[in-house]
Amino acid sequence: MLKILYVFLLLLISSNVHAALNVFACEPEWAALTKQLAGNQASIYTATGPLQDPHQVQARPSLIAKARSAQLLICTGAELEIGWMPVVLRESGNSAIQPGSSGHFEAAQYVAMQEVPTRLDRADGDVHAAGNPHIQTDARNYLPIAEALSKRLIQLDPSNTQLYQQQYATFNQQWRAAIAQWEKQAAPLKGVPVIVQHKGFPYLNNWLGLKQVAELEPKPGMEPSAAYLGKVLNDLQQHPARMVMRAAYQDGRPSEWIAERAHIPAVIVPYTVGGTTQASDLYTMFDDTIARLLAGLK
Amino acid sequence: MFKYTALCVALFAPLSAYAATDAPPLNNEDLRTIREQIQQLKESYEQRITQLEQRLQQAETSSKNAENTAAQAEATAQQDRHPSTSSENSFNPAISMILSGTYGQLKQDPAIPATGFAMSPNNNGYTKGFSLKESELGVSANIDPQFRGVATLSLNPAGGVTVENGFVQTSALGNGLNLKFGRYFSGLGYLNEQHAHAWDFVDQPLVYLTFWDNQVGEDGVQLKWLAPIDTFVELGGELGSGRSFPGSGRQKNGAGSGVLFAHIGDDVGIENSWRAGVSLHETKRVNAVSTGVPDLLNTAGGVSNRFSGDSRTTGLDFVWKYSPNGNIRERYLKVQGEYFRRTESGLLTYNTAAANTTDTCAVTQSGWYLQSVYQFMPTWRTGLRYDRLDPGVASVGALNAGNVISNYAFNPSRLTWMADYNPSEFTRLRLQLAHDNSRQGLPDNQLFLQYIMSLGAHGAHQY
Repeated sequence: MLKILYVFLLLLISSNVHAALNVFACEPEWAALTKQLAGNQASIYTATGPLQDPHQVQARPSLIAKARSAQLLICTGAELEIGWMPVVLRESGNSAIQPGSSGHFEAAQYVAMQEVPTRLDRADGDVHAAGNPHIQTDARNYLPIAEALSKRLIQLDPSNTQLYQQQYATFNQQWRAAIAQWEKQAAPLKGVPVIVQHKGFPYLNNWLGLKQVAELEPKPGMEPSAAYLGKVLNDLQQHPARMVMRAAYQDGRPSEWIAERAHIPAVIVPYTVGGTTQASDLYTMFDDTIARLLAGLK
Repeated sequence: MFKYTALCVALFAPLSAYAATDAPPLNNEDLRTIREQIQQLKESYEQRITQLEQRLQQAETSSKNAENTAAQAEATAQQDRHPSTSSENSFNPAISMILSGTYGQLKQDPAIPATGFAMSPNNNGYTKGFSLKESELGVSANIDPQFRGVATLSLNPAGGVTVENGFVQTSALGNGLNLKFGRYFSGLGYLNEQHAHAWDFVDQPLVYLTFWDNQVGEDGVQLKWLAPIDTFVELGGELGSGRSFPGSGRQKNGAGSGVLFAHIGDDVGIENSWRAGVSLHETKRVNAVSTGVPDLLNTAGGVSNRFSGDSRTTGLDFVWKYSPNGNIRERYLKVQGEYFRRTESGLLTYNTAAANTTDTCAVTQSGWYLQSVYQFMPTWRTGLRYDRLDPGVASVGALNAGNVISNYAFNPSRLTWMADYNPSEFTRLRLQLAHDNSRQGLPDNQLFLQYIMSLGAHGAHQY
């Protein structure tokens, strides 16, 4: 009996001796960003997979257990994870990552939000009060987020300040160069009309100048019905589109239905790191996004 | 040495001058043009260098200006992002309301209890025809940096408000500890902590109906500890008043009931997750009266019995969830099952109105259920559940051996099927059909239509 108690005590004490910073990332894009900024100094756990809809995730036991020992929690915020994160945070018994503490990082706080609703009514579907939370589709958003995240890493792990500063400086430089290149590559996409399956692309549209003419979901979060898809197809005759876009985790049937009947390509956008086999890190995610969009133009 | 070399050089210099007689002689004209050209070159380069310097300076100042304006814009944007509003209701809690109603079609009278469980509650909530179910008002908010409060008030359609939950939870204990006090649903089992609006069927399994009066709530203190390892291991203990069945409210110093539970859970890849648990519940029943209890004498309408004794229940529970790619929005399959075994021993008073004979009584009852829910396409789910109870064989003292039924020789069971449609996270419409064999000789065919809607702030659900 005493032996068991001693083992438990050891476990309790040993949990505070870490070489690497324990990071809990809600989505793969933040895990990838942390990897860029912290290198090998962070042991990163990603809560959701690239083919999971992050709106609907269960607060399952493994998430709670991993959140228990996390020192830094990185999520999108803006209520994207409101269906599961609060339970994970409450059950984890980890005071370091509760909202308001330095171990709690919400990326959406550092970017300008799009589509902030003027009225909050569930009749409008699944609207988020703080604005559209899918901020990861605009490459420029990663600059302020990386700056803030780097500062937070330094705050939590001051012994590695120099490493974090170096990593940030490298990332900042390389990312800016990459953005310039992507913008050049994506020049043919300016003003191209598109249809989207879910209203999750305002940041991408804003960045690359795409014009969204219709959504397949009648209201955000509502499944597209056959009747509504028919209506969208009719509207396409007045307002034609060049392609229909969806995120990799979304079911392809509504997009493919429209694509077949309107004779436009159905484009899958990786949406996060790992969404497609080519999108293995942040750089290749945008490389692949732009490549697929350009392929859809043909 | 140096003077000697210098002298040699000086002597030989004129000679070397003669040595360069191969090139054409430079006259003053050429020298002048060359000098002019060099001068022009120098001037033009100087000009270009000054121009470049000027441009560089301009670029630097303009980039500095750009940086300043960008910083200013960011500052104002930051301000705009967080407009300051102050009013009396800025710290309002999250309020939600659950509206629910059913239409029921039953062959048998829902008031008849399951065979062998006449001394257990039978609050199945079934009504024939249209009926409004409980409306649930939920209020939750952070109280301060250390505590969070949650209240769930149940508005009974027949009138009256009951406090289903009213508890305070710590938010900052750290070290994996979670303390809860007030009125809360006990952490035993898997279904016990789920609110009625989250149930996968219109009703609870038979074992929950009879063993826990649908779900047992405690007034007391609960402490949970989450182990600091990658696998989810949670240990918990509760001390409470024991006011809910199988306990009984009584004036007593100290705890009237105690619960111990342990949960373990993990993922298998990204597509599977599971949780298993064991629990132990101990309490005392004191002067608990049950009416309409059948006896060996076939008394019409049953008799009133009173029981006082110890009650100890052990339970096992597990749940397994699978979803392709972990994307539960599309499709998922959930399988769960629980088993409870209760031993009660104490004194039974038979027929308090007439015979009033008291003697010992001890019985071990058990029950289990297995259910599975499958979401086969977004917004559509179907489920199947099998229930079974075992009333056990009671050891009845000699005085009551001829009155109290000790062996019912019947295991209540039931098979239920449901299908529900969830157009959004806040709406559920359900059809449920059941073949109920829980009352011996009275098979029941049940049909239910149900709606469950939630408005207002809707918090995250548990696993």
